[in-house]
Amino acid sequence: MNTATLYGLCGAVLVGLGLFGLIVHPQPLRKILAFNLIGGGVFLLFGVVARRGAAAGFGGDPVPQALVITGLVVAFAATALAVALLLRLVQEIGRRPTLRSDG
Amino acid sequence: MSLTLDVLTVLSVCAGAFFFLAGTVGLLRFPDALGRLHALTKADNLGLGLIVLGLLFQVEGPSAALKLISVWFLTLLAGATVTQLLARTARPGGMFE
Amino acid sequence: MAFDAGLAVLVLGMAVWTITARGTFAAVVGFVAYGLLLALVWVRLAAPDVALTEAALGSGITGGLLLGASARLRPTEAPATGETMGIGLRVAAAALCVLVAAGLAAIVVLLPEPAPTLAPPVAANMAALGLANPVTAVLMAYRAIDTLLETVVLLLALLGVWSLAPDRVWGGFPGPRHDADPHGLLTFIAQLLVPIGLIVGIHIFWVGSVAPGGEFQAATILAAMWILATMAGLVDDPPVNRRWLRILLVAGPAVFFAVGFAGWAMAGAFLAYPAPYAKLLILTIEIPVTLSIAATLALLVAGPPERAPP
Repeated sequence: MNTATLYGLCGAVLVGLGLFGLIVHPQPLRKILAFNLIGGGVFLLFGVVARRGAAAGFGGDPVPQALVITGLVVAFAATALAVALLLRLVQEIGRRPTLRSDG
Repeated sequence: MSLTLDVLTVLSVCAGAFFFLAGTVGLLRFPDALGRLHALTKADNLGLGLIVLGLLFQVEGPSAALKLISVWFLTLLAGATVTQLLARTARPGGMFE
Repeated sequence: MAFDAGLAVLVLGMAVWTITARGTFAAVVGFVAYGLLLALVWVRLAAPDVALTEAALGSGITGGLLLGASARLRPTEAPATGETMGIGLRVAAAALCVLVAAGLAAIVVLLPEPAPTLAPPVAANMAALGLANPVTAVLMAYRAIDTLLETVVLLLALLGVWSLAPDRVWGGFPGPRHDADPHGLLTFIAQLLVPIGLIVGIHIFWVGSVAPGGEFQAATILAAMWILATMAGLVDDPPVNRRWLRILLVAGPAVFFAVGFAGWAMAGAFLAYPAPYAKLLILTIEIPVTLSIAATLALLVAGPPERAPP
């Protein structure tokens, strides 16, 4: 097993962990954290594909690496929007949003 | 010559790692926040400084050496500031405990 | 190899901590540490540009955003009765996640050998662009349309955040007013660090054409310096209805689109660069895009307007 495969397995476990946190936690901010973990795991899988494509004097295939950079920026934008939505909702209803049907 | 440099690097980095270990043990074992902050500063200043010193033996050229030293300096600055700010809120009569 | 195994174990340990920590604040701190360790993993995967972006954006600015949110949400965090999942549902969720992780792990192990790669075509055409950093070449030339649309996505997210303002503060100052003692420690460190940070940011932007770096990392550092200055009370975020602010935000994508459409006239396709002017055009795009993205990131962290405009 080489380095790339090891980190690929790490990324797979991260996706599983993040999915578990997303399902299990009732607090929305914990769900956002878990969603970022899923994103980190997916980016690691991209990075493994990039590392395995090392050629032409580069340490890794630059195209997946550029895709990961773009993905990181977009993931931050999505997290910022989600956090703003959550804070505004808590400000409006005065408590944490829940799935109970009493409003 | 390069063997002595390598030996010096290994010794310095090991000493720096020892201070990081001591700082972490202090973080886990000290009873209150002020004591834990005190232990962490040893890791930041001495530990990182010794590691940077060890890496300085391995660089080629003064610009890389300057970058390493500036990394240590900036970590010192940020660490000292954050420690002060944390200590002000953590002391008896501050915001927490 | 042992180092990589230890690093992977540490990353997974921090991820487990983030999921299982008791309080949200502890989970966010664990997330920041996880992000920094992940940056080390990126270095081990021979992707220094991604490591810089992960450390600055994924762990630094996202950590700041989440810490602020967790502080504001502290009164509402306690789980209500009947809200935590029963043990049966948890076991089912865990089984599902193990299944997903196992599927992904199988994909990783079964990746094709020899690995397909686009590195040779990238290397073959980089000299014509005048760039020595292949990731910058991909971001600004081969997949420039991705970068263009990414700047638009950032603007859309900012529009979404601004649209959450209550009616009475529409177009006002984002975020609360930070008051800090003008002779205090936070002000001192901001006055010291912000110039250093600006120089580091500009250096990372400039060196991105030949070494790891580039506009996104530089924009993140510039945004972080702005956030530090606002937290110390040295500057205040401008009200979001200011025209100059909106022009600053739109300047990056606008220049990008303009160069793209000019590519039709000059070189026959959208976002095509005529060969002798490639480096100049890339630089013309990068400078406004860096400033726009820095402003967008700083405003995304500041949040929706909370104080009425003057």
